[in-house]
Amino acid sequence: MDFLNGLVFLTNFVIIPAAAYGAQLALGALGITLVYAILRFSNFAHGDTMALGTGITIKLTAVLVAFGITLGPLPTALLALPVGIAATGVILLVTDWLVYKFYREQKAKPVILVIVSLGVMFVMNGLTRVFFGVRDIQFADGERFLITVRQFRDMTGLDEGLAIRTTQAITLVTAVIVMTALFWFLNKTRTGKSMRAFSDNEDLALLSGIDPDRVVRVTWLLVGALATTAGVLYGLDKSFKAFTYFQLLLPMFAAAIVGGIGNPKGAIVGGFLIAFAEVTVTYPLKKVLTYWLPDSMAPEGLVQLLSGDYKFAVSFIILIIVLLFRPTGLFKGQSI
Amino acid sequence: MTDTLRTGLFAGLVVALIVGTGVLDNWNLALIIVNYGLISAIMALGVNLQWGLAGLFNVGVMGFVALGGLAAVLISMPPVPEAWAAGGGQVLGALAIGAAVIAGLIAVYKRTAGRVRVIAMVVLGIVGFFLFRSVFDAGVQAIEAVNPASTGFLGGLNFGGDSGRDWPIMAVIAWPVGGMLAAGAAWIIGKTALGLRSDYLAIATLGIAEIIIAILKNENWMSRGVMNVIGLPRPVPYETDLQADPDFVATVTDLGLDPTLASTLWVKLLYSGLFAAFLIVLLILAQRALHSPWGRMMRAIRDNEVAARAMGKNVTARHLQVFIIGSAICGLAGAMMTTLDGQLTPAAYQPLRFTFLVWVMVIVGGSGNNFGSVLGGMLIWWLWVAVGEYGPDLMIWATAWMSDDSAFKANLVNSAPQMRFLVMGTVLLLILRFSPRGILPEK
Repeated sequence: MDFLNGLVFLTNFVIIPAAAYGAQLALGALGITLVYAILRFSNFAHGDTMALGTGITIKLTAVLVAFGITLGPLPTALLALPVGIAATGVILLVTDWLVYKFYREQKAKPVILVIVSLGVMFVMNGLTRVFFGVRDIQFADGERFLITVRQFRDMTGLDEGLAIRTTQAITLVTAVIVMTALFWFLNKTRTGKSMRAFSDNEDLALLSGIDPDRVVRVTWLLVGALATTAGVLYGLDKSFKAFTYFQLLLPMFAAAIVGGIGNPKGAIVGGFLIAFAEVTVTYPLKKVLTYWLPDSMAPEGLVQLLSGDYKFAVSFIILIIVLLFRPTGLFKGQSI
Repeated sequence: MTDTLRTGLFAGLVVALIVGTGVLDNWNLALIIVNYGLISAIMALGVNLQWGLAGLFNVGVMGFVALGGLAAVLISMPPVPEAWAAGGGQVLGALAIGAAVIAGLIAVYKRTAGRVRVIAMVVLGIVGFFLFRSVFDAGVQAIEAVNPASTGFLGGLNFGGDSGRDWPIMAVIAWPVGGMLAAGAAWIIGKTALGLRSDYLAIATLGIAEIIIAILKNENWMSRGVMNVIGLPRPVPYETDLQADPDFVATVTDLGLDPTLASTLWVKLLYSGLFAAFLIVLLILAQRALHSPWGRMMRAIRDNEVAARAMGKNVTARHLQVFIIGSAICGLAGAMMTTLDGQLTPAAYQPLRFTFLVWVMVIVGGSGNNFGSVLGGMLIWWLWVAVGEYGPDLMIWATAWMSDDSAFKANLVNSAPQMRFLVMGTVLLLILRFSPRGILPEK
């Protein structure tokens, strides 16, 4: 019984939150990795793209709610999400046309594109701040819980409860759907295959008649969809604040690089790896160990290895270790 | 247009903007812009050494600036004897244990191999971590319990009276110490991360900066964390002391100035003089370095690493060297800024403001050109303040056609100061597009 209680506690406070967070990171890292694979630069504006897409979706949600349209038990934001994705896609296409296209045609060095993406980051951050403000915005409506602690206890008779928030369940379900669709697209459709060919060898792809502009356009649309979805899910799960999205850049990049940058599978594995490491290391595990260890060995302290503020350190250390010992990442990524 | 003329015109523009702010708005604001602009120029000089001269992509500027700020606290604040008695020795001991464990790990890594190495390192790491935490946590608790509302930290090394005001020189001594602290951190970071490709180095430095800020926010025993350290001693007189000084009041009254206004201006002018002195020395050194054989070597390495290596240049060591020097300059500027602010507020360190804005300064000014970075720093800082100050007025004018009770209009006017990010991004993109080498290009 003690073992089960410990397991339930661990699931409630570590495994479920880390899985939801990992799914959000993975979706974000997929966007970064796609830009890297096709456009061949590290996109520092990705966090702020997420923020902008989420901001647009929040405004649309507010309009829907004002007209009395809701999704019942589900958050209304899911209804606004497709429109938010479309708007973000258009913004990214315009950005590419105004900004990135010039450097692509010049065949500028990747580091120049990174600096250009810093400029885009500033602009997107500014737009988010001007139009959506800098305050915390909660926009999750509908049912809060799928299962509450009390229901779970009544159901199982255990001491510890397990709560699953609606937003966590939605995150996981959406992430699975989006990832499946993405892999189906990349592996089965003609456009997806042409993207992979373009990523593997640009010259050969051009030679076989693949239209590079089309590949780039499709990439930005996919990136817009992934970024907005990741941002909205993160915002539903926690809250929306312009600044926190910028801070997601580090764990997302860590996830993409750890998995092998340019490799979509790696981005997903990396996202979950970073999330589980972060949550496990910064959560006080005292109660779990008290359940699992014999009484004589029960810990006195909180067994919180690092305080929550140091969560960046976790993704950073994993990143550095991988870069030093396996620079191409866990799955073989690209290295240009 | 010759280079000298171009530099002169650029300098003239910066001076005109600042004088214009003074004449049209007020001189206090103009001098505030000058002071922070001088500090920004020093930061830009540091980043220019790393990027312009050596091509190192460091986006961890914020971390080094914050370490400088920490040095300002550790050097110029008075010590807290009760806290030292309560747990000072214990915390220092714990840090020594931590250092010993890391040294042990390195020794094990070097002396052993295979499975023995893994087991030994894991065991030593875990035992060392818990030993460190057990000693450290108790000491920290004792320190933080000492009068937590006003101290709760170890304080600094300024023995000039209760507030440290008797030794104002400590505030200036703290600046180079801030540089040294940043240099030390840069050495550790450079040893691990400098071998990485440019965008990986960028991510790594971005992470380091966040970790340094997390440490500042979290380690209350060192700098009070998010409770902030206020009332840092300054190297210049206090306004209230000046206003109480009959000689000062008599002198400024003769000049036809209001004593209160004159005291605020005088204090700011003194700061400007100090900062300008540091900036000029650094600028001369940077110019000498740029035109020395060392500078030519650095540019050769930047432009073609393989060729430079083939010529027998130690690229790794040179990169480490310039990374440390550039970071130290950022640390120096960070300490100056904390002294000027009079307080250390870790929550105020945001990457857009303290890392990426400095990058905008360097790129707009002209990477690889020291004068360009310095003037770019002043110009961009003026623009940053100006958009924040005058943006709301502009937005009220721009939205005059909307109805006054529109929530959208209220939102836009309230968010107008946030336009500075938009403006900075636009300026950066325009410069990169139409004048990629900056306003004053490298020769």
